[in-house]
Amino acid sequence: MIAPGDLPLWAAIIVGALTIGGAAFTLVGSFGLWRLRSFYDRVHTPTLGTSLGTVLIIVASMICFTVLESRVILQELLIFVFVSVTTPVTLMLLARAALYRDRAEGNASVPPADPQPILKAREAEPDA
Amino acid sequence: MSATIIIWSVSIAQILLALAMVAATLRLIKGPRAQDRVLALDTFYVNAMLMMLTFGIRTGGELYFEAALIIAVLGFVGTVALAKFLMRGEVIE
Amino acid sequence: MRRLFPFPLLTLGLLGMWLLLNQTVALGHILLGGAVATGAGLAMAALKPQKPKIGKPLAVLRLLGIVATDVIRSNFAVAGIAIQGKRRKQTSGFMTVPIDMQNRYGLAILSIIMTATPGTVWLNFDAGSGRLLIHVLDLKDEQAWIDIIKNRYERLLMEIFQ
Repeated sequence: MIAPGDLPLWAAIIVGALTIGGAAFTLVGSFGLWRLRSFYDRVHTPTLGTSLGTVLIIVASMICFTVLESRVILQELLIFVFVSVTTPVTLMLLARAALYRDRAEGNASVPPADPQPILKAREAEPDA
Repeated sequence: MSATIIIWSVSIAQILLALAMVAATLRLIKGPRAQDRVLALDTFYVNAMLMMLTFGIRTGGELYFEAALIIAVLGFVGTVALAKFLMRGEVIE
Repeated sequence: MRRLFPFPLLTLGLLGMWLLLNQTVALGHILLGGAVATGAGLAMAALKPQKPKIGKPLAVLRLLGIVATDVIRSNFAVAGIAIQGKRRKQTSGFMTVPIDMQNRYGLAILSIIMTATPGTVWLNFDAGSGRLLIHVLDLKDEQAWIDIIKNRYERLLMEIFQ
């Protein structure tokens, strides 16, 4: 069993600093989720955790295991690729769902729906 | 020496991540609307995934990586399903 | 060759993912993963998606560099806003951006870039009028955001996916 205590000093310092940095960014993101006023403001802050927060912790983990096992460990890259591709999808879907719900309730603080698609559908009907 | 550095810095990082999870939980409880709660749940998932990675650094265990990957996948699927539910009121149309 | 590998990038990416998950470059795993990845590429071809034409690798690298710097910069900007919280005057708001790009893959990449960057969320794109609705956390100058999106991202993306 390998233990992180076997890391050389320079690697331990880098890994520790990167881990704390990533955790701090994630905390600020979640803190903003708690503090900001409206849903549309809050939807921005979790991306702190999924962009720089995740990247820093993943780099720390890669350095840690690469130095420990004396071979290149890159499997953490998979988490980075997966998180950076899926987060925009979930946030977009959530924001659009919120927009849809606010519009359906006639909330005046959100912009109204584009009238274009309905007009288009009407124009398309005679051809069909 | 390096063992002390790793233990201390990872412990601090885990405390920060735990506080982040508390913030997400507070928002999950408070709402006020369903979309706020789903967003909080998604953030909670990401924080839990990062927490798993820090456990991996702390113990040197490789299994934590796989747990983190599974949390990421399940969090994505769960949030998408919930967002879809909010959009139309049903998951499968 | 083209018939066996209709989507070479997808096949290569899947093979890379297989090798990363198994943490090996042994010949057996390359063959097995290659077979799975080739099968997945063929299955993708059965769905008949529109084929992306990716040109100019230099432009791809430049775009990656621009996105990385923007993500880091806006991370700090949004962190500042999140820490100030409720004490700060509210500057967030919705805005529309005119988009000239037609290519679907380019639009998909643009949406991922914009939502992954803290501070902007892509809400709705109307392909008929080319109007894109976004929400911006720090909306002081609408024209500045339009310039960023059009000049920094859209032009490069249009170069990449002609």
